Amino acid sequence: MYFDSIGELLAMDGHGPYVWFCYGITALVLCVILFEARRRRLGAEQRVRGVVRRKQASANKAKGKE
Amino acid sequence: MSIWTTFHKWGSPRWFYQFSGRLLPWLGGLSLLLLIGGAVWGLALVPPDYKQGNSFRIIYVHVPASAVAMGAYMMMAIAGAIHLIWRMKLAAMVMKAIAPIGASLTFLALLTGAVWGKPTWGTWWVWDARITSVLILFFLYLGVIALHQAFENREAAAKACAVLVIVGAVNIPIIYWSVEWWYSLHQPASIRFIGESSIHPTMLRPLMATMSGMYLFFAWAMLLFTRTEILDRERNTRWVQDIVCSGDKKPESRSVL
Amino acid sequence: MALVSLALAVLRRDLLAAARRGSEWSNPLVFFVMVCALFPLGIGPEPQRLAELAPGILWVVALLASLLASDTVFRSDYDDATLEQMLLSHQALYPQVIAKTLAHWLLSGLPLSLLSPLLGVLLHLPAAGMLALMASLALGSAVLSFIGAIGAALTVGLRKGGLLLSLIILPLYIPVLIFGSSAVKTAVDGGPFLPQLAMLGVFFLIALALAPLAIAGALRISVDQ
Repeated sequence: MYFDSIGELLAMDGHGPYVWFCYGITALVLCVILFEARRRRLGAEQRVRGVVRRKQASANKAKGKE
Repeated sequence: MSIWTTFHKWGSPRWFYQFSGRLLPWLGGLSLLLLIGGAVWGLALVPPDYKQGNSFRIIYVHVPASAVAMGAYMMMAIAGAIHLIWRMKLAAMVMKAIAPIGASLTFLALLTGAVWGKPTWGTWWVWDARITSVLILFFLYLGVIALHQAFENREAAAKACAVLVIVGAVNIPIIYWSVEWWYSLHQPASIRFIGESSIHPTMLRPLMATMSGMYLFFAWAMLLFTRTEILDRERNTRWVQDIVCSGDKKPESRSVL
Repeated sequence: MALVSLALAVLRRDLLAAARRGSEWSNPLVFFVMVCALFPLGIGPEPQRLAELAPGILWVVALLASLLASDTVFRSDYDDATLEQMLLSHQALYPQVIAKTLAHWLLSGLPLSLLSPLLGVLLHLPAAGMLALMASLALGSAVLSFIGAIGAALTVGLRKGGLLLSLIILPLYIPVLIFGSSAVKTAVDGGPFLPQLAMLGVFFLIALALAPLAIAGALRISVDQ
């Protein structure tokens, strides 16, 4: 490790806030991308289930008429 | 197997869904490993730059984000061209999937660039050629997303976006070159540049790690978005319904993403 | 030959139609004048400062005026289904698209360039820059017309296309803005502005060759949906 202590690593000779902000925001943006992927996935699954439910409902109805 | 059968196989959403499903854990794991490993390496293990001090460590997130954002636009253009020329539906889904990821990474590149500018140039924003070009790239992404949202018809949205993305891709070299030229006219003397050539090889290695990590992350996210798009578009097919509903019965077997 | 006469017929038709309507080509001009008049109010009346900013202001406002005008390239033809007829007919689309864009330039870009010296005087642009202003606007606005027509063709089928059009088109306008305003600035400083004009000429040729392809494709998408 280049730095002698955790405190020095955090401070980085005064550049710490800039550097840590950049790494933090990168982690945040990447997480947001993954969360958005997850959110869309759940929405799409919900819509597929809707299609299945409607299909089953209409099938049951047809059965009931017979 | 001829190239055309490969092409058609790749064009099949179902085959692509199954194939990408096998890739996902590898891409995700490897990209996170490289990104986190590269970040630790770049943050704590490498010595600082003798001119910029520790603020140069931002390079390990800024440069990968900008590079992938640029490459993503070109990929989007290629996908758009494939969709227009061969009417491959999957290409349209890939194109739609890339837009939000590319826009987020461009935003990230701008933000980290601005924060990097403060300790090195003493100001948050400089109208320098490269930053301005990335800003324009961000605008291009936003235009594509806005155009896609404006259409109600999915097919028309995909085709219109494909045309726009290709027009943008043809324009990007012209825009970049123009901005470069514009900047050379106005270059203020107070800003001095630290060229990449001054970077020491030991400092370059973590960059290779985060760079490849970012590319893999992009591929991972792109597959996730594309797979969702496939489920959405093919929701009337049996195989999609089977995939979604088989997960319902045994929830513990469902993957996290 | 047949293609040229086809293009000329479309050009004639568009010019006649615009002459009957009137407002379509005068509105961007009025916009150009009004927005240019806002700048002295916004940044102060000092002639020196205005003269310094004039090349940039005139070019940016001309660009916005051209942007506003570009929404109208295909709008009325789409509304009365002339566009559909054009696509269904077996005539080549390429010359027709060029003719329509050229007609649009004659009605928006050219008047803008002819009017610009007047606004140059209002903004205290030095006399040395006038010729460069007119020439760069005349040539540059032709490129803007082609790029704008791509956006117009993509959005003509949408109900709320106006603001969207500017979002997708503005980034593509940037090279023209850079070289156009630089031509005027160089001329004001007494330098040679022909290189910048030559670059605008290159952009024009690229646009002339490639943009009609994109426009024709975009029109098919917009009409088919």
